[in-house]
Order: sequence, then C-alpha cells, then structure tokens
Amino acid sequence: MFNKAEELLRLCNEKNKRISEIVIEKEIKVNKTSYEDLMDRMHNVLRIMKDSSKAALDKEIRSVSGLTGGDAKKLEEYNKSNETLTGSLIISAMAKALSTSEVNASMGRIVAAPTAGASGIIPSALLSAQEKLNLTDEQVIMGLFTAAGIGEIIAKNATVSGAEGGCQAECGSAAAMAAGAIVELAGGSPEASFHAASFALVNIMGLVCDPIGGLVEYPCALRNASGVVNGLISADLALAGIKSLVPFDEVVDSMYRVGKMMPEALRETALGGVANSPTGEEIKRRLLN
Amino acid sequence: MKDYGVFDVIGPVMIGPSSSHTAGAARIGKIARDILGTDFNRVIFYLHGSFAKTYKGHGTDKALVAGVLGMGPSDENLRNSFEIAQAQGIAYEFIEADLGYQHPNTVKIVFKSKDKKDSYIIGSSIGGGNVLITNINGNKVEFTGDYPTLLIKYYDRKGIISRITSVIANNDINIASMKVTREDNIATMVVETDSVIGEKIINEISEAEEIIYIKGINPMLR
Ligand code: SF4
Repeated sequence: MFNKAEELLRLCNEKNKRISEIVIEKEIKVNKTSYEDLMDRMHNVLRIMKDSSKAALDKEIRSVSGLTGGDAKKLEEYNKSNETLTGSLIISAMAKALSTSEVNASMGRIVAAPTAGASGIIPSALLSAQEKLNLTDEQVIMGLFTAAGIGEIIAKNATVSGAEGGCQAECGSAAAMAAGAIVELAGGSPEASFHAASFALVNIMGLVCDPIGGLVEYPCALRNASGVVNGLISADLALAGIKSLVPFDEVVDSMYRVGKMMPEALRETALGGVANSPTGEEIKRRLLN
Repeated sequence: MKDYGVFDVIGPVMIGPSSSHTAGAARIGKIARDILGTDFNRVIFYLHGSFAKTYKGHGTDKALVAGVLGMGPSDENLRNSFEIAQAQGIAYEFIEADLGYQHPNTVKIVFKSKDKKDSYIIGSSIGGGNVLITNINGNKVEFTGDYPTLLIKYYDRKGIISRITSVIANNDINIASMKVTREDNIATMVVETDSVIGEKIINEISEAEEIIYIKGINPMLR
C-alpha cells in the first residue's frame, strides 16, 4: 500500500521492482482481481485510447456546440509537409492529443485520464513513446499502470479536478502521470519517473481553468496539446539525469495549496481568464442563446 | 483517505465531453427509467443551475434522453438519442427551471403517459459521473445508485423495519446503509446493499401488508 511517492519508491527499492509492478500488486490485492482480468481491462482502455487519438487525424470532427474542431487534422497535414519547426514527434504528439480532445467534445468515447478534460494527454504521450521506442502493447500497458500510480498519489494528496485546483490539477496531473510513465518505458529508474512527474507539475504550476462558455473545448484542447509536450520534455529532462530539487510529494502539496489560493473565477466557473475576455464573453452569449 | 483503484484514475471509459454533464446526466436518466418504469411516451426535463445554462453545448440534453431510453453512460449511441427517441415515438422537452436550493447540476425528470399519473425523480450530477437522487414523486430520498438499492414505502407500524431487515439478512445480503424518513404515518426507506437484489427479496418483503411500494434497482456498469 502507498499514499505518497516516498512510500511507493520505498516499495520499489525494497522489492527491486518498477512502479507499474507495485501498482499492479496493490490493485490485485485491494480490489481482489486476477492478473489476467486486470490486463484485459487495461488492454480495453488502451484500445479506446488508440481509437480516440487517431479518429480526428484524417477526418474533421466538430464539437457538439460547433465552437471547435478540425485542428487535429490540420496539424497532421502540417506534419506531412516536413517544414515544421519542432519536428515530427512533437507535432504528431500534439495532433494525437487534439484528436482525443475533439472526440471528447463531439460526444465520442474516451477514457478519462485522469479527467475527460485532460483525456488527450496520456494516450498521446504513451503512443508517441510506443512509436519512438518500438514498444509492444504489453509494454505500453505497463506505462498505463505507472501513470495510474502517480495519478493516485495526486488524487489522494491533492486533487485532479479543475473546479477544485485549476487546470494545473487536470492537465498538469495528466502530464505528470504521462512523464513518469514514459521514463519507466524508456528504461529510467522509479526515482527518475518521479523527477519527471515533478517537472511536469512545476512547469505549469498555477495554470488556471478558464473554459469559454463553461464548455470543455477552448482552451482545453490546446492545453492537451501543450500538456503532452510538457510530459515528453519532462521525461527527457529526467532521462538526462536532471533531478527535481523538491521531492514529488512536496510538489503535489504545493500544487494543491496553489489551487486553494485560486479564486473561484479561475476554477472552471468560466468567470475568469480567457473565458471572460471580451471574445470569450461574446461566444458565451452566442452559445447560451 | 479514500482508496483509489487504477481504473478510478485511468477511467472511466465514457462519452465526452464532461463526466458531470454527460456521464452523470445519462446515469440520472437511466435511474429514472429504472425507478419510474418504461411505460411513458413523453418526458419533460426541468434543468436547474449549470445544467440549465450549458445543457446544449455539453450534450447534457442528449445524455438525459439516452438515459431514459435505457442507455448507459459509455454507450456510443448517446449522441444519437434524439433520433432514437423519435423512432420509438417518445417525445421530450427541456425546460430551464429554478428547482430551489439544489446542487448546480440538477434535473427533475417527469415521465408522462396516456393513462397514468405523472411521475418524477430529482437527481444531481455531483462530479466525476457520480449522481445523487434526492426525490421520487415527492418523497425525499438520498442515494447514489452505486450500490444495489431498495426503495420501500410503507405504513409505519411497530416491527416493520425489523421484518424488512430480517428478510434481507435471511437472503444473505449485507446492508451497506439504511435511511428512513417519515411523513405522517407513511415512511420511506432507502436501503443500499452489498450484493445484487433479486425478485425473491422483493416478493418476500411485499408480503407484509404495510408495504405500499417497493422497488429494487441494481447499479449499472461504469
Ligand atoms: S481549462 Fe479547465 S475544463 Fe479545460 S482542460 Fe483545463 S481544467 Fe479542464
């Protein structure tokens, strides 16, 4: 059992196991499931994640409100032009993240990870790692368990809800979960996974939740795109051997305290940030009538 | 500290865009159908608070209709629910309303049919796809639908509660929680149990002449 990163790391070191293995052991024990059942369910999760990450790449998917859509496809086409600044992996990762966000906004099927608003980040990060590192589905699934372990620690000690902690709690947590998972998939240590997760949270600490019209569309999809990039670069930082000065548990606690200090206007109420810019307000008026 | 399973964090599998505005709405609709029955040809949804403000953009309207048609929150047909309702000859209407002091994501669902009196439930979507049902046909209740739930209305006489609970115990079912409220001499009991409620229990409890109404609802898969 673990509630904190410190405890999870201790278990990893004592048993000489990876984060994913400890998370799986705990799940089997606490929720009394079999290993096979657990793997089956996670395979299903991965299948849905793959579908949502690809669905909007070659066809334009519009949101229920009609406000957003079609951007994943634009990025995918731009990537093929070979004239991108940041390169294929980053552009493709952003496109996949946008794809899931667009599927979500169109009432399509997604896996909340950890929430629906941030659901594009983890699938895109893991699928990008799968392509780059030539991983099997079985290996990617291990990454999902690592991500779940990190997410559990954040949910227990802070929050993963935008209404409670701002977007840092939603897209920040997803990026942290993704970063830690990729580090493990790339062969990094459990410590390095938590360094990466710390970087991802620190990078966007204070990010507010300001969805225009209260709809999970804008800036949500954008933050899924930047969120996956945050996860990828945080993983690279940790894989380079860079260490987080502040331990993950303290970073999580800091993120939570920042969330508590945020006025309600910046926590999903659509009363602050870009949601209440003149354009945001104008769109809101239009949507509500 | 609440313990989390991996699929609480990487999950649920759901239909977007928002667990409280879509998944929660579909669940309330589905619970309405489970409680009020399938004998209806018109449904009116009174939307309160944030439900009233953003129901179109979030697809809450489609999710609610899908729920009363019997679809679960991860059914990909959710977005086609209006067409499906039409094909089944079921009319629906959305009315923005002030339901008083309620959670911001609250809906009152009224079922109408030709030869029956209107019936309704009130429920709130309280976040992460979780819901709370607070009223059934004017009876105040409080349950989440996460557990198998027994709803019982009865004339309050001495010994009736222990008669009900002993039927449950004799069927080898553990009670997770139990709430009783009373108005005049009519009581409403909500019992949440740890295992699925079958016909047998309901029949056995119905044998008591005090029972006015009994309904068992089992949770839907998430
Ligand atoms: S802005 Fe708010 S609603 Fe949008 S993804 Fe971030 S936390 Fe979620």
